[in-house]
Amino acid sequence: MQPFTRITSRVVALPIDNIDTDQIIPARFLKTIHKEGLGQHLFADWCYNPDGSPKPDFPLNQPEARAAHILLVGENFGCGSSREHAPWALIDFGFRAVISTSFADIFRNNALKNGLLPVVVDPDTHRRLFELAKADPSIVLTLDLAEQSLILPDGKSVHFPIDAFNKKCLLEGIDPLGYLLKQEPLIQAYEASHPARVNIRIMEE
Amino acid sequence: MTSAPRTLFDKIWDDHVVVEEPDSPTMLYIDLHLVHEVTSPQAFDGLRRRGLRVRRPQQTVATIDHSIPTTPTRIPIDDPQAARQIQQIVENCREFGIPLHGIGSPTQGVVHVIGPELGLTQPGMTIVCGDSHTSTHGAFGALAFGIGTSEVEHVLATQCLLQSKPRTCQVHVEGYLSKGVTAKDLILGLIAQIGSGGGTGYVFEYTGPAIRSLSMEERMTVCNMSIEAGARAGMIAPDDITFEYLAGRPYAPKGEAWEAAVKRWRSLPSDPDARFDHTIMLDATRLEPMVTYGTNPAMAIPITGIVPDPASVSDASERQAMEKALRYMDLRPGQFLLGHPIDVVFIGSCTNGRLSDLRQAASVLKGRHVKEGVRVLVVPGSQSVKRAAEAEGLGRIFLEAGAEWRESGCSMCIAMNGDQLQPGQYAVSTSNRNFEGRQGPGGRTFLASPLTAAAAAITGVITDPRMLLE
Repeated sequence: MQPFTRITSRVVALPIDNIDTDQIIPARFLKTIHKEGLGQHLFADWCYNPDGSPKPDFPLNQPEARAAHILLVGENFGCGSSREHAPWALIDFGFRAVISTSFADIFRNNALKNGLLPVVVDPDTHRRLFELAKADPSIVLTLDLAEQSLILPDGKSVHFPIDAFNKKCLLEGIDPLGYLLKQEPLIQAYEASHPARVNIRIMEE
Repeated sequence: MTSAPRTLFDKIWDDHVVVEEPDSPTMLYIDLHLVHEVTSPQAFDGLRRRGLRVRRPQQTVATIDHSIPTTPTRIPIDDPQAARQIQQIVENCREFGIPLHGIGSPTQGVVHVIGPELGLTQPGMTIVCGDSHTSTHGAFGALAFGIGTSEVEHVLATQCLLQSKPRTCQVHVEGYLSKGVTAKDLILGLIAQIGSGGGTGYVFEYTGPAIRSLSMEERMTVCNMSIEAGARAGMIAPDDITFEYLAGRPYAPKGEAWEAAVKRWRSLPSDPDARFDHTIMLDATRLEPMVTYGTNPAMAIPITGIVPDPASVSDASERQAMEKALRYMDLRPGQFLLGHPIDVVFIGSCTNGRLSDLRQAASVLKGRHVKEGVRVLVVPGSQSVKRAAEAEGLGRIFLEAGAEWRESGCSMCIAMNGDQLQPGQYAVSTSNRNFEGRQGPGGRTFLASPLTAAAAAITGVITDPRMLLE
């Protein structure tokens, strides 16, 4: 996992609530058996007409979007399916962070495991960010994970929450599976004191 | 010493903690891991890269449901990508020793349908799957939730997950459902009340007389759509209805082990004084058949109601989302949905693809004929459901009514297998998501119960099913 420390970047703003994972990456692109290459299908049905031509008004199709690493969205981003293809597609397109007032639980978990930072801000900051991005689409924001601060164009800093474990994993690029594997003695102890509640082998024999 | 009163959730959580350290998420043991072809290939790849094995293949079960054709001859699969994905899960299951209910298996089916019907899903368990509708299994008093592919890899490798403890929310449903109003209408009514993010961060426990009176299959419909309110999981305390459903199923305990299990399961329900972090009340008596008008499941209204006006919404981004939804659906504020023409009816999915759902649909379709020009797909949730439906004559009722009677799979719920809407088409669907393009690019979905879907199949327009019931 790529570590996340500090980024300074332009912003793509999608002022829509409840953006679901079927919009982020439509199901027809889930037939891949790989993680890579999904960025070209990010928001496919909002980006492209049925004939494959780009929709010129869609924010992701603006030239400056390619250089943006921060996505600003409405509340409850990533609701719907558990597909990890959603953060894979966002990262493959170039995003490193998403700012909203809230994220769906599974999406947030998936994002954190891939080095995509979900940033939760209060409704006033959220509204202000959309106003700033609307007035000047070229605004630049800074996200500093160690400080847990979002720095606005006027230099004002806003604190954002993240739990200690995920913060450490992101800062150091640690894969949580490594942590789990190190707990092997504890897993064995649990299994020794808790008989398996189902054993599929037994039925088959 | 008496311990503090605990909820059903607390009891299962406490029983599965492997380690809990300050400043770290809890390491939780997983009893049953369900696997399907779409969200697992990258996880198996990860195992191979690290040289890891599946820690507990005997607690892991796989099926093929999302990208599998539901046409009578399933193979060869025309779509090379789908064929490749299906071949991959066959290879992965063989290599890692995981039982697979695959193509041609009499037990193939939608992952959330086969778990319960095989008796794999049991009270008190932790169950995960790389699929958000894993919440379905909570109907048995299990803690069941969807995970992403990284977490699928974690569970394959360690049988454990790192989880921060969710908060608990009691959803208390008073009264009883009226005739023609189903479990699907109950859950759509709840989601419409609290919004598609209303349950974020919570595990729901459904309580109250309306819930207790539901069959296991109806309870599964309710728990299935907990995720559509953003809840991490939905649960219902096990009772005699649960035990009766499980008794004698292939993987359910037998003999003395069964007696011991039932005794253990009877201790699971929330203690009388247990405290929830939040409570939501719903009155089942006041519910009507529900139908969605927009592009998320919370955009639902009673079937006799009118499409709401975005202008009445004060929050700007919520208003924009509603305006966008109405544009997509080509609907106007103030308009009735009753009488709105439809092109396709889909009856199936992990929400409403079980035998009792098909019985309900058949009760409307029997002796009637599908409206000319309307395409009706009836897709059983599993091959077992299909056989049971045929044994009691339901398959024949569907065919005689002019519907397509398919093989089992996710089908038009997610439209990955070729079963899909054409751009602009309207469908009444018993599935769980009406997101833009969910049933095919440009397709428009009205979510509803099997009764409402079957009624629309007959009339070709959105119809109050109570008009067609005996």
